[in-house]
Amino acid sequence: MTDVQAATGPAAAAVRQPLLETRRLSVEFGGLKALDDLDLEIYEGEIVSVIGPNGAGKTTLFNAITATVESSDGDIVFEGRSLLGLDPNRVTSSGIARTFQNVRLFANMSVLENVMVSQHCRTKQHAFGALLYTRAFRREEAEIRQRAEKILEFFGTRLVGYRMDQPAFTLSYANRRRLEIARAMATQPKLILLDEPVAGMNPVESAELTGLIGRLRDEWGFAIVVIEHDMGVVREVSDRVVVLDHGVKIAEGDYADVANDPQVIEAYLGKGAGDP
Amino acid sequence: MTATLPPTSSPQLEAPLAAPRPALAHDWRRIARMGSIAAFAQVFIALSNMPVALDGRTMVKPVLSLGYLVLLILPFAAGYRQGHQTKLEGVTQHAAGPNEVVGGLACGMIAGGGLSLLAVLLANFDLRDPLVNWSPILLDTLTFGNAPWFAVVIWLAIGAGAGASGGVLRLLGPRSRRATVTMVLAVIGAAVLESLMVDLADGLRLEALTDRLYAKRGGVTWPGALVLAAVSGGLAVVGRGRFRTARARLANLEGAKRSRANAGLILAAAAVLIVLPLFAGKLTNELLANVGLFVLLALGLNVVVGLAGILDLGYVAFFAVGSYSAAVLTAATSPKISPEMPWLVALIVVVVITGLVGLFIGAPVIRMRGDYLAIVTLGFGEIIRLLFQSDWLSGWFGGAQGITLIPGANIFGLTEVSGTDPRRVFYLVLAFCALAIYVSWRLERSRLGRAWMAVREDETVAEAMGINTVNVKLLAFVVGAILGSFSGAIFAAKVGSVFPSSFLILVSIVILVVVIFGGMGNIVGVIAGSAVLIGVLGGPKQPGLLAEFSEFKLLIYGALLVWMMLARPEGLIPSVRRTRELHQVEMAQDAWLRGQVDGEDGGGGDPQPTVQP
Ligand SMILES: Nc1ncnc2c1ncn2[C@@H]1O[C@H](COP(=O)(O)OP(=O)(O)OP(=O)(O)O)[C@@H](O)[C@H]1O
Ligand SMILES: [Mg+2]
Repeated sequence: MTDVQAATGPAAAAVRQPLLETRRLSVEFGGLKALDDLDLEIYEGEIVSVIGPNGAGKTTLFNAITATVESSDGDIVFEGRSLLGLDPNRVTSSGIARTFQNVRLFANMSVLENVMVSQHCRTKQHAFGALLYTRAFRREEAEIRQRAEKILEFFGTRLVGYRMDQPAFTLSYANRRRLEIARAMATQPKLILLDEPVAGMNPVESAELTGLIGRLRDEWGFAIVVIEHDMGVVREVSDRVVVLDHGVKIAEGDYADVANDPQVIEAYLGKGAGDP
Repeated sequence: MTATLPPTSSPQLEAPLAAPRPALAHDWRRIARMGSIAAFAQVFIALSNMPVALDGRTMVKPVLSLGYLVLLILPFAAGYRQGHQTKLEGVTQHAAGPNEVVGGLACGMIAGGGLSLLAVLLANFDLRDPLVNWSPILLDTLTFGNAPWFAVVIWLAIGAGAGASGGVLRLLGPRSRRATVTMVLAVIGAAVLESLMVDLADGLRLEALTDRLYAKRGGVTWPGALVLAAVSGGLAVVGRGRFRTARARLANLEGAKRSRANAGLILAAAAVLIVLPLFAGKLTNELLANVGLFVLLALGLNVVVGLAGILDLGYVAFFAVGSYSAAVLTAATSPKISPEMPWLVALIVVVVITGLVGLFIGAPVIRMRGDYLAIVTLGFGEIIRLLFQSDWLSGWFGGAQGITLIPGANIFGLTEVSGTDPRRVFYLVLAFCALAIYVSWRLERSRLGRAWMAVREDETVAEAMGINTVNVKLLAFVVGAILGSFSGAIFAAKVGSVFPSSFLILVSIVILVVVIFGGMGNIVGVIAGSAVLIGVLGGPKQPGLLAEFSEFKLLIYGALLVWMMLARPEGLIPSVRRTRELHQVEMAQDAWLRGQVDGEDGGGGDPQPTVQP
């Protein structure tokens, strides 16, 4: 196991507190160690790619961070506080949002509603406000709607207009992936976890989304962790690349370093997964 | 406002029809199969005693009783159904022709044959031991008082006739078919609604009309039926197009105009419901009050099942808690709480109590999912009833004797609402239904309502999107409980006594059937469901318009439910969302055919459709 941590990250990394930190994080399924003593740091304003062959434990890492699966050992610290033991919704409201590898939208809700409902943890009007139709309630509804529209406009013309009111299941595959990102943005996170955001897209769409990932950081200020198999995208977006294999971090560094790391090449070729 | 994709047939599907099939070109195996299924069902209906029990209720004066009507429906339906052609891309559609009639005739004849066979068996064997309804009266009904061979011939003929008319219905163009169906439904409807109509006509001083329409001892008269058929058929032909354009125009209205139109419709409906009871007699008002109580219950359950997607099979628990706590608080006969409260004050306490019980039951239940949750709620429903029944708490609730002599509901000292005046009960129920409708309507369109939707769609993802699913679901449970308790409190004041036996599991099931049948998640659907099921067939203990059915109510509930699940799972008047859930694939196909697909290229926001070849 190589530890190349010190060499990378933004210049101020040494003094700055990481936004998210996993300490010796392990996840076990039965006897299988899907994550094994993983140490990882994500800093504010960073875009980090997580790569690795199939079954390396990338999605499991996201699941563990968002409390979808239980970690068997280690700690996850976000903004100085441990996330262990929190329910998934509390993790989200503390500022971490995610997308799913196998797109999971609220298929029968409209595109707009998908984004509106995801602001749940940032809004607070309760049943009584709705029943009495108070001014505060109406103001908040209007705000929710506006924010949702603003988020959808981020994706150009693709999700706005007549499409906003259509059920999510009518969307094309690429648009579903975009809507998943919109939904994550709506939870107003500090950190977004994107699980294979361009999978299944054609090169044009994929290039466009790559640009958007950059803008997500620059314009909205999110830190981003992205799992990606498409090496073109990885090279384009990442400040830093982390390579997992069998739940273990085998390399970390900027794209050029990692791509030439013999262990990484072996992990991929050994699996017969082709040249990275 | 959400755009909908109604599963309409698109132009591409309506390819020119091929020539009619030859009269005898049938898949005879299929006809035999459908006919035999119908025949079996006929025999089952006959042996369930329905024809005999329902023979007393006349539908059309000299010719048709309800008993015989139930025997006509199946051969007719089988005859109609056998002409069904699968509509799929690439499958040839034939124009209707003699083929349909011959097929219908054959199918109906087989169906009728079931009864012929039954008549012969009835005449020659005695199977009374296992089959309690195996009786000479049944034979008499089937033979019309003649010899058994007559039954053999007549039921083959009746079946053939009914089946053939089912086939003929396929020959008619859409317009005349609609007119025919309307005519038949109008006559049957008039017969079903007889007591209601007579009662209303009395109040409105229109006896002259109903005297002509209905015979002295019940049933629509021949001339009455003919006139009714002519009028309704005419209206169907003339009015249909207008009705449709009016509805389309309503659906196309935008924003403010749309809500104004809706408000107008609601006001009109409210006006009718407020004015109608003034002219109605005791019977009708009693019926309306009963339907209202179930509307209230169904609206409450709709919040739980329809909006939040929690399958609650023990909903009667909250009805019971509402009834019992209102009874204990207001009745002098309940020993434990001495200063008896006026009903309205008690209601506040009832709401608090039921809300707490909802929390108490909900907290452990809500963490489960799907089937487990349903079973556990079923258990809690029974536990609550058994507690009320138990000797242990009989000091509070009177055990099996229940609580009696509950005073009526005193409304601000203005009126006293009790069972002796069903009109006042109805108005009270109406007020609470309005409240329940308002609550469901507002909540559905709020942050909370959206969260319920998300939980129903995918609980895991809802949780990952920051929704506290436990809290949100618990809230749905409590809101539903409180709405149910209103119904319970009114029920106690109306009936004047509460017994554990009023809160059987059956009540939960009936409410659930009402919600599913009417259209889960849709307020209008839920109301329609109660009106049809409770109003016509009757509630668990309340008689409906067809009081003769009460013995067979559950059988018919079951049959209707099965049919509904197969033919129209989204319910009578479905919610847009529910339709989407159940018909995603079809809608997506329709959208594709209409060229409204969201192409992979993204296509920008331009609504310009790209039609695939
Ligand atoms: N819920 C689970 N129960 C049991 N085993 C699991 C579960 N989730 C993941 N695994 C196993 O953990 C290992 C890591 O899976 P994971 O989904 O994290 O891989 P991945 O790196 O995301 O792969 P891919 O590139 O195919 O998405 C796999 O062997 C997988 O079978
Ligand atoms: Mg994965």
